[in-house]
Amino acid sequence: MAATPQGTSIYLDHAATTPCDPRVVEAMLPYFTTFFGNPGSRNHRFGWEAESAVDEAREAVAALLGADEKEIIFTSGATEANNIAIKGGAYMYEKAPAGSGQCRGHIISCTIEHKAVLDPCKRLQKEGFEVTFLEPPADGIITAEMVKAAMREDTILVSIMWANNEIGTINEIPQIGALCHERDVLFHTDATQWAGKMPVDVQRDNIDLLSMSGHKIYGPKGVGALYVRRRRPRVRLQALMDGGGQERGFRPGTLNVTGIVGLGAAARIAREQMDADAQRLLALRRRLEERITSRLTNIQVNGHAEKRLPHISNISFAFVEGESLMMACKDIAVSSGSACTSASLEPSYVLKGLGVGDELAHSSLRMSLGRGTTQAEVDHAADLIVESVKRLRELSPLFDMYNEGIDLSKVEWGHH
Amino acid sequence: MAYGPKIIDHYENPRNVGTFGTQADIKARKDVGVGLVGAPECGDVMQLQIKVDQATGKIQDAKFKCFGCGSAIASSSLATEWLKGKSLDEGLAIKNTQIVEELDLPPVKIHCSVLAEDAIRAAIADYKVKNGLAVEQEAGTH
Repeated sequence: MAATPQGTSIYLDHAATTPCDPRVVEAMLPYFTTFFGNPGSRNHRFGWEAESAVDEAREAVAALLGADEKEIIFTSGATEANNIAIKGGAYMYEKAPAGSGQCRGHIISCTIEHKAVLDPCKRLQKEGFEVTFLEPPADGIITAEMVKAAMREDTILVSIMWANNEIGTINEIPQIGALCHERDVLFHTDATQWAGKMPVDVQRDNIDLLSMSGHKIYGPKGVGALYVRRRRPRVRLQALMDGGGQERGFRPGTLNVTGIVGLGAAARIAREQMDADAQRLLALRRRLEERITSRLTNIQVNGHAEKRLPHISNISFAFVEGESLMMACKDIAVSSGSACTSASLEPSYVLKGLGVGDELAHSSLRMSLGRGTTQAEVDHAADLIVESVKRLRELSPLFDMYNEGIDLSKVEWGHH
Repeated sequence: MAYGPKIIDHYENPRNVGTFGTQADIKARKDVGVGLVGAPECGDVMQLQIKVDQATGKIQDAKFKCFGCGSAIASSSLATEWLKGKSLDEGLAIKNTQIVEELDLPPVKIHCSVLAEDAIRAAIADYKVKNGLAVEQEAGTH
């Protein structure tokens, strides 16, 4: 029996994943059964059909990014693309060999990157590379100036995300790219939340390596792409896996034809609808934030007020804990920076990275809108959140203390 | 987090929410003991207040407020239910494991029950201090 969603009616978690566009599913279906060939089979019709479908998808993804189709490597998702770019780039451009006792090269990234960038960087640290993790200011924006100040003679790679997945803030990517090109430093951006939603032109934006994912742009899960610049400069990478040489050897393994066809279809639709979607979602997000902020005190919208993706909103509600707030709003699917919603029992490192206090990090919700989100849903969600925050504040000893004029930062709390 | 029905029930219909007055009022009242445990930066703060019948020495009424996840709210709500009508010694005998069992708390939420036990002990200790009674030393060190 097919699974059906239970209890939850409004989906506001599009930064986590998006539903597949029905046109994407339709494009994929024939490649499971009729055109099931291996694109690596060069000697018969079955292989040619699959190869031609992969070629078309590659063109669509390249067109979305302003790239040449030869510059697109299909992967299992953005995590794999990030790993190939960061580790593969670092190994290829290292200044000193492993085990030499010298710094193998300097890398610049940032503390509020996704784990799929942070963890490859941390692995490289253990292997003899040095990594500077830039700390963003309170507005969350990483600027070219910050990257410039961290540059060293031996800097080989800069990896900065285009837009942040928790707060939606947009970094100065074209400017950081220009700086890297001036200094002959490889520039990678994790564009998982950006590509397919906002315009990309890898030439104009000075990008050498770009990671993106299928399922964030109404395509299937399990497929993504890495853009690898071929000219000025020609970027070389050390492959992380060995095998049959597919994807120019960067990513060996039989191609995920159905997934790739789906990613291609999603990229084509994204290119057509991007501007209209962005405009509509920005209006809806503003409406959502206005409807919440105008009716509650002691809340803050996290991240830069303007330089944010149109569809992501992250709000901290003082005196209310995030998980209990999500329970109260069980009709809407959102995510929270609260420790209680994470396996690690640590509040969001992204919010902490911005200097949002732990207590406000525990009290945050991320709402991310998508192509299917309606105004009625946004209004209902806002009303439910406002009502729930009010109810939970009635339950909150912290809200009482605040109202009695007690400075919560001066209370001696027990620690456990 | 997928919770069992008892947690959901206490979360949706919390018992005995409230206080016996402002922080300043409570401090001055000898018949009320307050336990305030946890910390905002840890994501849990529980406030448990007990009102003691000074003639019988029994807990007449109990109220709570809680900043925390669904399990923390449910644990403190349950604690107030259990405390009513108990003597101070009977109150001190409530163990976090009983709360875990009653609410069917998932393993990652056991700290919520520990916090509720701490709150009970702290409230009873506060009452005892206010009334010049001897306090056991083992209270609330989590």
